[in-house]
Amino acid sequence: MVDEASKVDKSTIIVHSGDMDKIYSAIIVSNGALSMGMEASLFFTFWGLQRLQKGGLDKGPLSKMHFLGLGKWMIKGRMKKANVVSLERLIKDFKELGGKVIACEMTMEIMGISKDDLDQELIDEYGAVGTYVQEARNSKITLFI
Amino acid sequence: MEISISEISCCFNNKYSIKLDEFRQKIRGDLMAKVNVDVKGETCPVPLVEMRKAIRNASEGEIIEVEGTHPASKKEIPMAVEALGSEIVDIQETNGVWKIKIRK
Repeated sequence: MVDEASKVDKSTIIVHSGDMDKIYSAIIVSNGALSMGMEASLFFTFWGLQRLQKGGLDKGPLSKMHFLGLGKWMIKGRMKKANVVSLERLIKDFKELGGKVIACEMTMEIMGISKDDLDQELIDEYGAVGTYVQEARNSKITLFI
Repeated sequence: MEISISEISCCFNNKYSIKLDEFRQKIRGDLMAKVNVDVKGETCPVPLVEMRKAIRNASEGEIIEVEGTHPASKKEIPMAVEALGSEIVDIQETNGVWKIKIRK
């Protein structure tokens, strides 16, 4: 049995969405957790998994007000002005601080994505629901984004 | 140095111990940082992440100085430092630029 006391300081996030703003949320929370001494895992599935395709990290639409790309273009401008760093930089920091990226194998089958399509430098592990549960049952923070 | 000063300050009356506290504060503020992290102009989560990287790369007892402008980070870096088991030595702010000294 896993009780509260045996949980380690860890954050596990399911990245289900491929929307650019939600990818930002997932990685920023994880980097915050890593910076504050926690472990962190990101489990990429469904639309989120598409973001692990080579060069695809920031290719997602906005979750709201995308307006065929116009909204995204505007938000990107605002983010640049506010000096928000790129997703590439954020995921690089995530990896440097020991964060773990897990890719969902079932999604790969459904969407016909092979390992070669994915940016394998980012991925630490391939797994299914059991991998997520194993990570999450020991985590104090777990989110679905 | 600091330990001996605080020990002495216990033996003095209040007036002296306040002076010694100020003196200690000054020493702490003047401690030379070995590692300098400049995150001025950077926003969430970069100041926190860069602080973490610097602590990881520093050796035990080393002084790290983080200098930035992001307001929330001034509050959050000390929280993180505590969680990481390191020590805040000094925090100062002038004209919106804060400096946080950390001892690993």
